[in-house]
Amino acid sequence: MTDGAQTNRSYGGLSVGAVLPWVIGAILLLILPMIFQERSALTIMNQMSITIIFALAYNMLLGQGGMLSFGHAVYMGLGGFFCMHILNWVEDGHIFLPLPFLPVLGGLFGLGFATIIGAFSTRNAGTVFAMISLGIGELVAACSVIVVAFFGGEEGISGDRTYATFMGVEFLKQIEVYYLTAFWLMLSAVLMYLFSRTPVGRMANAVRDNPERAEFLGYSARWVRFYSFCASGFFCGVAGALFAINFEILTEENLNATTSGTILLVTFLGGVGFFFGPIIGAVVFTLLQTVLSLSTELWTLYAGALFVLTVMFFPGGLSGLIMMHVIPLRFGKFNLLVMPYIKTLIPGILGVFGLSALVESLFHLRHSAVGDHEMTLFWTTFDSHTVLPWVVMIAVTGVGFYFARANWPEMRAAWDEANTAPTVGNVLSETKPAVDPDTVNPVAEMQGEEGKS
Amino acid sequence: MDLILVNLIDGLVTGLLLFMLSAGLTLIFSMMGVLNFAHASFYMLGAYFAFQISIYLGFWVALLIAPPLVGLMGAGVERYGLRRVHQYGHVPELIFTFGLALLIEEVVKFFCGNDLQPYTQPEILNFTAFAIAGNSIPAYKVFMIFCSIGIFLVLLYVLTKTRVGMIIQAALSYPRTVEALGHNVPLIFMGVFGVGTALAGVAGVIAGPVLGTFPGMAFVLGSIVFVTIVIGGLGSLWGALVASLLIGWITTFAKTYNVGAADVLTAIGFEKPVDLSESALRDLWTLTSPQIADILPYLLMVLILVFRPYGLFGKRDA
Repeated sequence: MTDGAQTNRSYGGLSVGAVLPWVIGAILLLILPMIFQERSALTIMNQMSITIIFALAYNMLLGQGGMLSFGHAVYMGLGGFFCMHILNWVEDGHIFLPLPFLPVLGGLFGLGFATIIGAFSTRNAGTVFAMISLGIGELVAACSVIVVAFFGGEEGISGDRTYATFMGVEFLKQIEVYYLTAFWLMLSAVLMYLFSRTPVGRMANAVRDNPERAEFLGYSARWVRFYSFCASGFFCGVAGALFAINFEILTEENLNATTSGTILLVTFLGGVGFFFGPIIGAVVFTLLQTVLSLSTELWTLYAGALFVLTVMFFPGGLSGLIMMHVIPLRFGKFNLLVMPYIKTLIPGILGVFGLSALVESLFHLRHSAVGDHEMTLFWTTFDSHTVLPWVVMIAVTGVGFYFARANWPEMRAAWDEANTAPTVGNVLSETKPAVDPDTVNPVAEMQGEEGKS
Repeated sequence: MDLILVNLIDGLVTGLLLFMLSAGLTLIFSMMGVLNFAHASFYMLGAYFAFQISIYLGFWVALLIAPPLVGLMGAGVERYGLRRVHQYGHVPELIFTFGLALLIEEVVKFFCGNDLQPYTQPEILNFTAFAIAGNSIPAYKVFMIFCSIGIFLVLLYVLTKTRVGMIIQAALSYPRTVEALGHNVPLIFMGVFGVGTALAGVAGVIAGPVLGTFPGMAFVLGSIVFVTIVIGGLGSLWGALVASLLIGWITTFAKTYNVGAADVLTAIGFEKPVDLSESALRDLWTLTSPQIADILPYLLMVLILVFRPYGLFGKRDA
């Protein structure tokens, strides 16, 4: 057991296990556009990549540093605005800069702004930090409407990325921008991962869990927070630059509280406890956003409900949920879980579908145009003003949830059983701890200074 | 001079309204040590409930029924939501209330749509109470002032003079000791949460007709309420009162007196450039105080947090 912990902690050297996920990620990024060739799919993937960088940068604060920011859109937005101005200057011929290097400048600008704000906001963690970030966020968002010269007022500023060719690429086509974004995604993700492995990144975890103890060890909690904050600002700026390149327009929307709130939602949904959490969060959220918003007006309601339920029942997020299964896998007891999962989850999903159908029909009943009684749901068209569909939907919901509830104890028992170490002697000594000991369950410990008030 | 008086009254109305929200929020903060992001959402629920009730039973019945309803919902949120999340720590709690605020807004949109609700003040208060130099003060504003002051006095009396208030105050500071003395502390917490949200509900019932009843109303007021209690000092009732009035007056005065940045800058010796359209600082010259009125509280908050992190009246370093 202790051996395992030590090999996981070692800094030098590269092992196959450490490099493999990155190689798989890179290959995936390379071949994805060959599988999904439509323009819309490329747009979604670009947006996903940008959200991933942004969420990872946000998690440098929330997950690794224990700082909750309510105004993080500011750093991404300002980086984006700055890049858009540079883009326009380059196009006018004032300076020369190949497009692929623009994110560096965006990052530097984000870094600069984060340095200024971080100089006073990182003095405290917890509520004070959260409130300062909220205040700065609101101030900058309000400035964006007032300072028209820089932010372009209500309509924002726009530019053109196809000003010059770089190694024969003009960046006119979506696919070229995709590979540019993917390259920066890969680079930023690797750098952010490496940052979390540096002594500063490690100290950020220590300061998150127990600032006083870190201070007694001789580290300034404030400076450790400051470094994390600046690094996060840099990568937010990179995300902003990529946003500018992709969408060629930035508006007040990139700075306001909604964007800041969304990134909190994305990061928490994916899980703040693991490095890859925000990646999952960004992918799932972007898919939900694009797929659900195409099929229903109520997608924000579902997203809100999902968020609240995640905080209440799975504070580790999706990545926490996935990593929960590592222990049963290591014990070789995963097969115990399969049947109970099928028996509980299938009725559960059925119930959720029934419930969402009820919600949709109720919405249709209340808000559709007068005389418009027809609605289509799950490929069936029916009249929402008659009784029969309602009976069916209520029955499906009830039956689904009833069976899920009835099978719940069985699943619970199977889960406990799967998480108990096998009694046969040496299996236990061979099992490695599921993850780094210092990243296990940080949510429970992530209290910052306010926890002790 | 007359205009100053009118503005003082307007600022007082805004300030007292803010106070009704911040009083509950600051009580909840001293109790749980967490800022309730959804507090303004309960204010919105108060307005919507009151509107629905007033259609059938009139404004006065709504004023009586809607706040307890909101308080019940608040108590439920504490019992089944926050208490559960509490074990994970403070940051997830803060995130939970944040998510709840989003969810409540979506649910309100779901039931009532995106439009402004035709919620109006009662006919009986629809007259001019008095006029100051041609500026009429509607009776509803006077009603709002008296309502808020009345609630403040009752709250102060209950908290400082009654047995229940004593137990609550003790439970806020030393929950373990109070529990050991045989009081049901979780129940007290739930009650305080319920009363705090009910106060927000009252504010919603009263402010709905004036500020408009729409799904964005919580968002508009929500962050200002935080700013208020942060400025006043987290957990301080008097701080909340002072900060609410301060913000009420600052924003009102900044909105009515149109002070341009150009006047200020010329007064301190800068020369206005002739051609503004080319200057990089053109927006600075055309800046006026009504434009920045709404962000002044945030500026104040950031400054206060930087120089005095525990707020004006706060005792503990938050």
